[in-house]
Amino acid sequence: MADGPVAEVLLQRLEAADGGLDSAELAAELGVEHQTVVGAVKSLQALGEIIEAELRSTKRWELTAEGEEIAREGSHEARVFRSVPPEGLPQSELMRLPSGKVGFSKAMSNKWIRVDKSAADGPRVFRVVDSVEDEVQRRLQLVQGGRAEKLGEKERSELRKRKLLTEVTLKTYWVSKGSAFSTSISKQETELSPEMISSGSWRDRPFKPYNFSAHGVLPDSGHLHPLLKVRTQFRQIFLEMGFTEMPTDNYIESSFWNFDALFQPQQHPARDQHDTFFLRDPAQAQQLPMDYVHRVKRTHSQGGYGSQGYKYNWKLDEARKNLLRTHTTSASARALYRLAQKKPFTAAKYFSIDRVFRNETLDATHLAEFHQIEGVVADHGLTLGHLMGVLREFFTKLGITQLRFKPTYNPYTEPSMEVFSYHQGLKKWVEVGNSGIFRPEMLLPMGLPENVSVIAWGLSLERPTMIKYGINNIRELVGHKVNLQMVYDSPLCRLDAEQGPPSTQEAA
Amino acid sequence: MRGEPAAAEASVTLQQPEVRKLRLKATEHLGVPKGEKFIHPTKLDLLRLVVAIYLLSAEKREAELLEENWRYSRQTARKGPGPTHLGRQARASSPRPGQLAAQAQWAGLAMPTVSLKRDLLFRALGRTYTDEEFDELCFEFGLELDEITSEKEIISKEQGNEKAQGASDVVLYKIDVPANRYDLLCLEGLVRGLQVFKERIKAPMYKRVMPNGEIQKLIITEETAKIRPYAVAAVLRNIKFTKDRYDSFIELQEKLHQNICRKRALVAIGTHDLDALSGPFTYTAKKPSDIKFKPLNKTKEYTACELMNIYKTDNHLKHYLHIIENKPLYPVIYDSNGVVLSMPPVINGNHSKITVNTRNIFIECTGTDFTKAKIVLDIIVTTFSEYCENQFTVEAAEVVFPNGKLHTFPELAYRKEMVRADLINKKVGIRETPENLAKLLTRMCLKSEVIGDGNQIEIEIPPTRADIIHACDIIEDAAIAYGYNNIQMTLPKTYTIANQFPLNKLTELLRHDMAAAGFTEALTFALCSQEDIADKLGLHISATKAVLISNPKTAEFQVARTTLLPGLLKTIAANRKMPLPLKLFEISDIVIQDSSRDVGARNYRHLCAVYYNKNPGFEIIHGLLDRIMQLLDVPPGEKKGGYVIRASEGPAFFPGRCAEIFARGQSIGKLGVLHPDVITKFELTMPCSCVEINIEPFL
Repeated sequence: MADGPVAEVLLQRLEAADGGLDSAELAAELGVEHQTVVGAVKSLQALGEIIEAELRSTKRWELTAEGEEIAREGSHEARVFRSVPPEGLPQSELMRLPSGKVGFSKAMSNKWIRVDKSAADGPRVFRVVDSVEDEVQRRLQLVQGGRAEKLGEKERSELRKRKLLTEVTLKTYWVSKGSAFSTSISKQETELSPEMISSGSWRDRPFKPYNFSAHGVLPDSGHLHPLLKVRTQFRQIFLEMGFTEMPTDNYIESSFWNFDALFQPQQHPARDQHDTFFLRDPAQAQQLPMDYVHRVKRTHSQGGYGSQGYKYNWKLDEARKNLLRTHTTSASARALYRLAQKKPFTAAKYFSIDRVFRNETLDATHLAEFHQIEGVVADHGLTLGHLMGVLREFFTKLGITQLRFKPTYNPYTEPSMEVFSYHQGLKKWVEVGNSGIFRPEMLLPMGLPENVSVIAWGLSLERPTMIKYGINNIRELVGHKVNLQMVYDSPLCRLDAEQGPPSTQEAA
Repeated sequence: MRGEPAAAEASVTLQQPEVRKLRLKATEHLGVPKGEKFIHPTKLDLLRLVVAIYLLSAEKREAELLEENWRYSRQTARKGPGPTHLGRQARASSPRPGQLAAQAQWAGLAMPTVSLKRDLLFRALGRTYTDEEFDELCFEFGLELDEITSEKEIISKEQGNEKAQGASDVVLYKIDVPANRYDLLCLEGLVRGLQVFKERIKAPMYKRVMPNGEIQKLIITEETAKIRPYAVAAVLRNIKFTKDRYDSFIELQEKLHQNICRKRALVAIGTHDLDALSGPFTYTAKKPSDIKFKPLNKTKEYTACELMNIYKTDNHLKHYLHIIENKPLYPVIYDSNGVVLSMPPVINGNHSKITVNTRNIFIECTGTDFTKAKIVLDIIVTTFSEYCENQFTVEAAEVVFPNGKLHTFPELAYRKEMVRADLINKKVGIRETPENLAKLLTRMCLKSEVIGDGNQIEIEIPPTRADIIHACDIIEDAAIAYGYNNIQMTLPKTYTIANQFPLNKLTELLRHDMAAAGFTEALTFALCSQEDIADKLGLHISATKAVLISNPKTAEFQVARTTLLPGLLKTIAANRKMPLPLKLFEISDIVIQDSSRDVGARNYRHLCAVYYNKNPGFEIIHGLLDRIMQLLDVPPGEKKGGYVIRASEGPAFFPGRCAEIFARGQSIGKLGVLHPDVITKFELTMPCSCVEINIEPFL
């Protein structure tokens, strides 16, 4: 900045001044542009408390370029008057003068001059009076001298209409001494440069202080989706607990694996068109494990394996109907069936997190597709106490420690229990998951040994994510209407170190 | 999970105080007088306008909620639950109900809700409870005290304060009942269950008795075979109703119809004043034009055809018409004088209508599921035989099947099961004596005693507990009576080594590096419209090999996506206000028909990325592909195991700006600059380049 000397002068003047000084006046005194003084003020301000500067705005009348000319040369009409000699002047000649056209009509209306149209060589202009007072020039000179206030409002507006005067707003600084005032300041460096490092000059130079309350510049980066960040954490938890991930990359499922294999009867409301997406093409599953299908059929329609069965006419066509899986339990059924084919039986712990589909009525918390989290343990002699123990460990890893279990009914687990956790914000118990022991009617037809129990639980991925990230409308989170800013801004997902808004921190 | 979860959960948001406030505001804007029903059909468009205005304002989020609610109310207005069905209400005072109601309970069914007068309930239970105490009791027993409300509050919430004037403010408990416990669907059954649970009474023994006079007979003709072949019947003799008992009797039938009867499709119940009829009865099927009678609460006779037309506009009955509508013959029951008892599953005759003063009730259940018809009959007669002169006795009726076989109903079958005590202990994870276990089971209405070697428990399954079909159901009841929360939690000793599913493992690794490459992850729907994957990309649907959904409620769910690209383009369209460039990616599954798979379709794991800016940025997308290949350790070049891109074309791409990607000897996808038509069809305005590949070859 070339304001070094100006800043120095400013400080010297300020030291001598009583109270403070005006930036515009200083500029006038120094004969420099006002902007130069403003620059000096700003650079001094940046150094801290050396000066104080208060922004003031003042209105001022200034002459236009034409106004300046008139103040100097006289008004057009006066110039016309002066150019008319006592013996007169041909009008055509007068009109050729620079002020001719404007000055002529004005001088005429002032009755300073007259035109003799009967002259021999055309119209001729003569003076009417001997001398004139150039009032316009006098007024403009007053404004020029900074005494615009001497003019009346009417006079000023008349001059403005003639585009000789204009009103300008001037922003000036009223500069006074700051708490750390000093006349001797040396220019501070802003940043360390390679040259300073190599020359060592940084040792002798003062550096401008940083403003630490300013925001940094965010890095250009990509971002992971919050729901999938939560998914990653759930996967991690299952892996930490020794659970193996089941394949779930088959959105299309047959009714057989989705319902029949789970001992869900064919008239069950879940199998209704209103709840499940069925396929038109391919409408039917062509291959089913027929041996197993027959065992399932018998169990549904007649019972067996210690069961009364549902006693209805089980239809293969109904089981063949293809659909978009309504739960990932269909994948668990396939995994358990595969496990049952392995002899001898080996214990297994499985999990999955993937999409499921429901032909539901949509609202702020319901979409036609969402993610389901499911955990399964298959071993000899598992008890309800084991299920509760595993749930306790699982939810502890989510940061949820206060659990309570409520009896419930699920079509393919018995006993079944809903998991409730105490919500600090709501001051009540809220449901965080559902669980149970798979029914023997589901497991035994698969070929699993009789004393093997399979405990399982599930929850949705969306619900904990919405609570974790404080999202009320599921559409802002999932699907194309996602709020990308929310994706950009979302923090890490640390489920056990919950730092969310206070009212939501306890729930899953 | 199922049943009516959407409706139930949607009503949660409907009740949010903030939405109610907004709703009030919106109605003010519309000049709707207070108390007038919020959604007046003629004002829907205006309402949409108000919603639009709010959308522009700072109250955007609330406005969206309002819109959701509005949509929901409109749907229920269209579908309309029956007049007696009040639906499930929200809990009061939930600050963030949206989140709590969020989707998807695992496995569970939507539970039926019974609405009971609190004071009546307490009188029947013989004591009073605080709300908290009763909530606790419900929790323990597997019920859920869902809401405490009153008739007045319900009407006021749904229709405004003015309509609620004069409505009853008797306190109502709304209680969620497990979907398989039909015996708990009314006050009488619920109280009996709780009283036995608390050991205040013993479970009654239900008895079928023969009448003094002639047994009532219902003869099924063979015409019913094709439409509704089964019927069962019974008589409740010398019953004494009061207004409350009568209401409960009607309400129980409605609950059964909605649940086990599958909205009358499987079973329909008809109850009649036996004294107005004379048996034997005939259950037959006739041409609709040949059926003519005075239906319930009508003053003149109509033919079945006329009735089907009349009931098309009946909010309650219109839901049942489809069950018989297109059949050539309609089921109908006559008495010996030709009086119509009912035309199941739609309507009863008015002649045999029951009232508070009815003393003898003839009950018939017709249906397509014999087992369920028998269960429904058992539930009704066991529950209400309490009010008969001879308590808990039910008069038998005979049903003659078309093959001449004679059956006597109700079955009221008591079944004996044997379960070893150590099995119960082993399955639950407790150590109780056989005697204690028998006591626990008896508290669940399963009369039990220890027999044989002292380890054997004999359990009697009463006709009210059709849900007990296996030992595991008995074990659960023992666990409930023991108290789930008294069970010692233990960790199984199951030792396993965890493995990731390789495809997901690769996906997880790639996701992180895609973000590190500066691309932001999107999560788009797997279902979409045909237009999205075909028309908008310049393809015919048959060329996509997409699976087609047969019953979508809207065009948004016509197909499973065959490409990730439309989802990403729609994400950009919804986020046009965000600063450019937009760089998005998604790694997720698409679905393609594949006849080699058991279900005829399979998923492929795709990776798709788009770059959207003032310039097409092909080099950026190309660079991203190079980076992905670097990450997958696939070198550039023609040689084996490498990757190359070759000029190609596709309807979605700008001519000359499309290349096919070959890696490890196969085509894995395409990259290029999108065709302006595609850009325009997705409501975008800037150039856009993209890459989409199948990542499964890199496993």
